[in-house]
Amino acid sequence: MSEPIVKIRGLKKNFGSLQVLKGIDMDIDQGQIFALIGASGSGKSTLLRTINQLEEVTEGEIWFDGELVNQKLPHRQREAHLNRLRQNIGMVFQHFNLFPHLTAIENVTMAPLMLGRVNKAEAIEQAKKLLDKVGLSDRGDYYPSKLSGGQKQRVAIARSLAMNPKLMLFDEVTSALDPELVGEVNRVMKALAEEDMTMIIVTHDLRFAEDVSDHVIFMADGLVVEEGPPSLVFRAPQEDRTKSFLQQVFND
Amino acid sequence: MGLDFSILPAYADILWKGTLWTIALTVLSMFFSLAGGVVFAVLQLNRHAIIRWPVAGFAWLFMGTPLLLQLFLIYFGLVQIGLDLNAFVAGVIALSLHFAVYNSEIIRSAIVAVDKGQYEAARSLGLSQFQAMRKAIVPQAVANVTPALGNMMIALLKESALVSVIGVMELTLSAQRAISDSFRPFEFYIAAGAIYYVLNLGLEQAVRVAERRSAQYR
Ligand SMILES: Nc1ncnc2c1ncn2[C@@H]1O[C@H](COP(=O)(O)OP(=O)(O)OP(=O)(O)O)[C@@H](O)[C@H]1O
Ligand SMILES: [Mg+2]
Repeated sequence: MSEPIVKIRGLKKNFGSLQVLKGIDMDIDQGQIFALIGASGSGKSTLLRTINQLEEVTEGEIWFDGELVNQKLPHRQREAHLNRLRQNIGMVFQHFNLFPHLTAIENVTMAPLMLGRVNKAEAIEQAKKLLDKVGLSDRGDYYPSKLSGGQKQRVAIARSLAMNPKLMLFDEVTSALDPELVGEVNRVMKALAEEDMTMIIVTHDLRFAEDVSDHVIFMADGLVVEEGPPSLVFRAPQEDRTKSFLQQVFND
Repeated sequence: MGLDFSILPAYADILWKGTLWTIALTVLSMFFSLAGGVVFAVLQLNRHAIIRWPVAGFAWLFMGTPLLLQLFLIYFGLVQIGLDLNAFVAGVIALSLHFAVYNSEIIRSAIVAVDKGQYEAARSLGLSQFQAMRKAIVPQAVANVTPALGNMMIALLKESALVSVIGVMELTLSAQRAISDSFRPFEFYIAAGAIYYVLNLGLEQAVRVAERRSAQYR
């Protein structure tokens, strides 16, 4: 067995006196699709955001690709370490966070160009391929304001993929979308999953979680309450809290 | 002695040169005040107080005192410590600093108003703090306040007349020279006023174009 690409040990996170993560352990292997579910406020986003250090860790360890993510370093070195790390971890947000002053294609080429990965022609060629992959080859010159929510989110996915990440983090990426636009984004994620991308998907869309993931984690109050393959967690949950959560969500 | 504008053509040359100096003074000061405005704005948002405070103190000083005084200080005052600037350079520096401070206040609040998700998105792609600022945050912030910055630049054009007092042969001083030669203050002040007005119209057009371009993504 090779090392897991993400390894989390005893992860705790406080916001002031509020403890939001209370000791999380997790192993994610290369190519695995994790779905992270749980009630609002259970700490899903926080957990995701500690992995690429948008949130600092209070206690515990996060390992990514054999490297300790939250190592103590002097400020400058820590910044360099984070920049390097984040280039390998894509993140997609609930509210897209596309750069509104840049066209779709400029959104996608920005980071690779800025970080000197490629020259301009290569960046554009790659961006066109990625926009094609998310079904938006004809929208490259559009500003985000001229795109639908579903299109924006697909551009945001393409933007993350442009850095060739080894891990993709999705934080409720369809929650802000009109219901009829959810499918197009889910399809893109599904396709990505089938290409062996390693993914952690925070979602309230349990049907999609069941469909796409190969490991489900149910969180409550900053702890992992239950985890396992979707067939078990969704169809035969062991814990009472999981059962009542699923009942509540599926009854809605 | 009534108004007689037929006197003007004889002084066209000096007025023309004055106009060019005013344009040079304004354009250079505009450039530096905008660039300086961005730099001051970003420095004022630095996480180290040791960087924030001097900039804030400097801004406070420049907002709290008259431009004329600043001009005198830079032109006459700096000589005392061995910095003998030519009047034009002193004028550009004074106007640039003075307006940079005002621009930086506008830009700083615009930077703060940019959604924090923009910064997170940029950082999560692996951009450094500086790169995220430069490519994601500042361009949006500046685009969002183009109208306010445009008004500052129009004010700058008008305030550039002040530099005449340290002997820069810009439009106002050129008009005065023509007046002391011809004894026709009314005609020349009106002529200079008309030229300022035309320059202002041109600048307003440019500002409008900039506004439209910066808003095209909306
Ligand atoms: N920056 C912050 N400062 C203080 N408290 C925070 C911060 N971010 C999150 N929290 C708190 O941490 C807890 C967990 O938040 P988190 O966003 O991780 O939950 P979540 O599971 O993603 O919820 P949701 O499903 O609503 O997105 C909440 O109580 C929230 O109020
Ligand atoms: Mg969340």
